[in-house]
Amino acid sequence: MRIDLNGTPIETGAATLADLITEQNFEAASVATALDGTFIPRDARNRPLHPGARVEVLSPMQGG
Amino acid sequence: MFYGTELNNRLMLGTAQYPSPQILRDAIQASGTEVITVSLRREGPQGEGFRDLLRDSGCRILPNTAGCHTVQEAVTTAHMAREIFDTPWIKLEVIGHADTLQPDPFALVEAARILCSDGFEVFPYTTEDLIVGEKLIEAGCQVLMPWGAPIGSGQGLRHAEALRTMRAHFEGIPLVIDAGIGAPSQAARAMEMGFDAVLLNTAVARALDPVAMARAFALAIAAGQEAHGAGLMPVRDMAQASTPIFGMGVLG
Repeated sequence: MRIDLNGTPIETGAATLADLITEQNFEAASVATALDGTFIPRDARNRPLHPGARVEVLSPMQGG
Repeated sequence: MFYGTELNNRLMLGTAQYPSPQILRDAIQASGTEVITVSLRREGPQGEGFRDLLRDSGCRILPNTAGCHTVQEAVTTAHMAREIFDTPWIKLEVIGHADTLQPDPFALVEAARILCSDGFEVFPYTTEDLIVGEKLIEAGCQVLMPWGAPIGSGQGLRHAEALRTMRAHFEGIPLVIDAGIGAPSQAARAMEMGFDAVLLNTAVARALDPVAMARAFALAIAAGQEAHGAGLMPVRDMAQASTPIFGMGVLG
């Protein structure tokens, strides 16, 4: 299905957020996730994805 | 005390805009800071190195919600930060205007209320407005972070008298000057006025020698803090001789 990952449209075979993280080679323990603007905690990443889902995968960056 | 945490070093240092990761490391060390601010962004190529740097620094992490313009964005970002950094601390920024980066006080108070009731320890980036400060305290904030001047402007304490009033009004509440500081003298002045800490980034990161500037700020902040504790003399309109007149020889 087609989803938006960090603002970029991608085609994914992942059924859940957890699968997507594995598929896209993110380091699962070092990122935080949001689905359609809502925070999804680590232990809830079995949440199914839907076509057109907006997924954000964020990690620590420099900030002031 | 900042939510029960005592800080000996009252400089809180931002981690953005340094010429290199090594210079950032060295600046953190030179400043002796105990608190560094970080953000959350889409994973980039240098993500892993930065995570190592944070871990090695030994500093307490104060994640921010920089760039958020709505309550929803800020609250979601705060939750993501709490999970990644395993800290209830959040530097809450809800920006109201793109040019001034002035906080949106209405959204700020609303976001603070949501986050405080959810167990966050909120450091709200606010203005010197007393009523907004009151509302933030009512929302559950135990620290306020008024701006000195617009973020990254280096103008120092643009509304010094209003900040002085704020300091007097919120007796016993830790107040941190956040943003707009450009020179160590400005940071020292804030501490002399009785502020509890200074949070800054650009003034160090964009100095010709960020490591030396980090040290300079730490020294200035420590000096200002000590001076406040020592009690400054009152300002006078007229001269008053410091050397006694009594016992002077007649020489003319």
